[in-house]
Amino acid sequence: MNDFSAAISLLISADSDLLMIVGLSLQVSLVAVLVATLLGMPLGAATALYRFPGRKSLVVILNALMGLPPVVVGLIVYLLLSRSGPFGVLGLLFSPSAMIIAQTLLIIPIIAALSRQIVDDLWVEYAEQLVSLGASPFRRMMTLLWDGRFSLLTAVLAGFGRASAEVGAVMIVGGNIDHVTRVMTTSIALEVSKGNLALALGLGMVLITLSLSINAGAFLLKETAQRRQA
Amino acid sequence: MSYFVKFMVFTLIGLSLPGNANSAEYITLASTTSTRDSGLFDDILPLFTKASGLQVRVVAVGTGQAIKLAKNGDADVLFVHHRKSEDAFVAAGYGVTRYDVMYNDFVVVGPANDPASITGIKDVVKAFTKIAQSNAAFVSRGDDSGTNKKERSLWRAAGVDTGRVSGTWYRETGSGMGATLNTASAMNGYALADRGTWLAFKNRGRLKVLVEGDSRLLNPYGAILVNPKHHPHVKAAAGQKLIDWLISKAGQRAIENFKIGGEQLFRGSVR
Amino acid sequence: MTSRSILPLSLKDVCFDAGGKQLIKNLSYQFNAGPRSVILGPNGAGKSLLLRLCHRLLEPSQGHIQWHAEAEGKSNAALHQAMVFQRPVMLRRTVAANIEYALSLRGLGKKQRRARTDEVLELTGLVHLASSQARVLSFGEQQKLALARAWALKPQVLFLDEPTASLDPTATHAIEQVIDAIHKSGTRIIMTTHDLTQAQRLADEVLFIHRGRLLESGPASAFFAGPTNQLAQAFLKGELLWWDHPETKIQEN
Repeated sequence: MNDFSAAISLLISADSDLLMIVGLSLQVSLVAVLVATLLGMPLGAATALYRFPGRKSLVVILNALMGLPPVVVGLIVYLLLSRSGPFGVLGLLFSPSAMIIAQTLLIIPIIAALSRQIVDDLWVEYAEQLVSLGASPFRRMMTLLWDGRFSLLTAVLAGFGRASAEVGAVMIVGGNIDHVTRVMTTSIALEVSKGNLALALGLGMVLITLSLSINAGAFLLKETAQRRQA
Repeated sequence: MSYFVKFMVFTLIGLSLPGNANSAEYITLASTTSTRDSGLFDDILPLFTKASGLQVRVVAVGTGQAIKLAKNGDADVLFVHHRKSEDAFVAAGYGVTRYDVMYNDFVVVGPANDPASITGIKDVVKAFTKIAQSNAAFVSRGDDSGTNKKERSLWRAAGVDTGRVSGTWYRETGSGMGATLNTASAMNGYALADRGTWLAFKNRGRLKVLVEGDSRLLNPYGAILVNPKHHPHVKAAAGQKLIDWLISKAGQRAIENFKIGGEQLFRGSVR
Repeated sequence: MTSRSILPLSLKDVCFDAGGKQLIKNLSYQFNAGPRSVILGPNGAGKSLLLRLCHRLLEPSQGHIQWHAEAEGKSNAALHQAMVFQRPVMLRRTVAANIEYALSLRGLGKKQRRARTDEVLELTGLVHLASSQARVLSFGEQQKLALARAWALKPQVLFLDEPTASLDPTATHAIEQVIDAIHKSGTRIIMTTHDLTQAQRLADEVLFIHRGRLLESGPASAFFAGPTNQLAQAFLKGELLWWDHPETKIQEN
């Protein structure tokens, strides 16, 4: 298992290429999660609280889109950003920005659908009291989002998990260009295709460790917040 | 609450959207996974960058996809190895001219115990016929790549209808060379591979090179500048610089100096 | 906040249908300013429903419910009401923050909110819990907090839906004391209960509801001395069953 130990020593020596890849992976997925939360969470909450024609269909669609295949999203974003496509003039293809866009679109449904359910469940509990106190529909939404913050954090982590784990979308719109758009998942795919299975596995371990660290961090954040309140 | 907001703002700014530009000028090269997997680009392109100051961003996909990217104007230079498609590309006006750059060859790999008994056969079509007759597993890329098209042309010459036998002894993976070789290694089956990927491939299992040298196994590469008349944004001057370098003495020497395990992989086409 | 009273509240032939059944039947009444009203009746009579209709959490299927202020063309009656439910609903924040939240909905500035919050915390004896998380409080304390929150809004009318149904006698006593204090500060109390002794303690006027009908109403002393309605009599004796009793006939007053 020469390559495996090679992978481990890469990590330990903090190989600059590896650091760049890890850094880019985090950058892309974290920004994507941030934007997806800013867009998806209010969307989910509004769907839970407001009544409008087509609302039930929207709920079904959002739930279904949670299973959106990353490679399909990548393909659609490619067609949009290609020079021959409607947004080609922006020149975003094969850049980290394109990857962020693709991942954001991929995880908005996850965050929206989960937020909707969380807010929906909270609304059942809070409805009469909030109406009695005279909260406007918008105010109700903001209140429920804040009150459900711990559950909603889990939804955000689910979105991050999906984003950081996918390879189909970033491969197509990023192009896996060395030092420009190569991230953890596309690196792993590359090494597999070269037959460097042990190295690929080592990189996989790095990715899992990264994900664990982020989730552990989020958990600690939640714990301290909850403890400070007791 | 305000802590949270501040944290988010800082994160957003700190991770501010990276643009699609480095400060250095770059061109986008659409090529194939097999070429990339051989390691050629990592070896020779830095030499080009040193000489010209231009960075080359390689997008390596299947031949079909590379050509599509070039057609769409998402690349500046196309560098693949399927003559027919390349000529059609230029004829349709998507490319300016095709330049002969280099060639390598394909090899037929298979299990060491060779159930179809093709080891050492000089005629590759005869070897393919024997594989079909023996019903031994053959793993194809099935992805319309240059390698795949070459493979299918050999089956045609051998009189085998691959569509009919697909899913039986003939297995199409629909993936790149590396993934296909992984599958062949796991299945202990035959496959057609470009020598470059094979030499760099680490997961050989019990596979060996069984047939090589037939002139039909030659694999020529051509470089084409994407036509700026079709896509005005294409970096024509810079792209042409790359092509000029590839066919220059320096470029050709760099190509021939590239070795894997002491073995030269490509031959320059410019004489 | 205007000092114009939103009372009286008149209900005219109010009906409420749900699930194919008529749950409130032709109910007419007028709540005037002043007394503490207790709506009494067995489980499922429609007491909670009636309260929610009055507080506009629900709309009647037929009939009219109108506040005096609305009759005069003013539509801010909602701002002068508050409601406390059987189970307190607290936000995931501190005790003080829960009260300040309600006040912020009324548009009060930070200083005013602080001041008013401190005031009601003092009045309800919750000052020592001000920075505790509302959700870790005992049920009784949470209900007290619900009352404090409602009181902070200085409502003209306070609706209470079985506020002590889930509490033990000590907590019940504490809650009743707060209700009394709120009443003394000028708020009209309208509450429901199925606890007879509580009704006897707190009511100035009684409304007896059975199967969605208002069967008897009047001063509490008269009601508890001897109601005219047969079912009310049975209820006071603890003999009123909530399912059909063949010998019991529904009599209308």
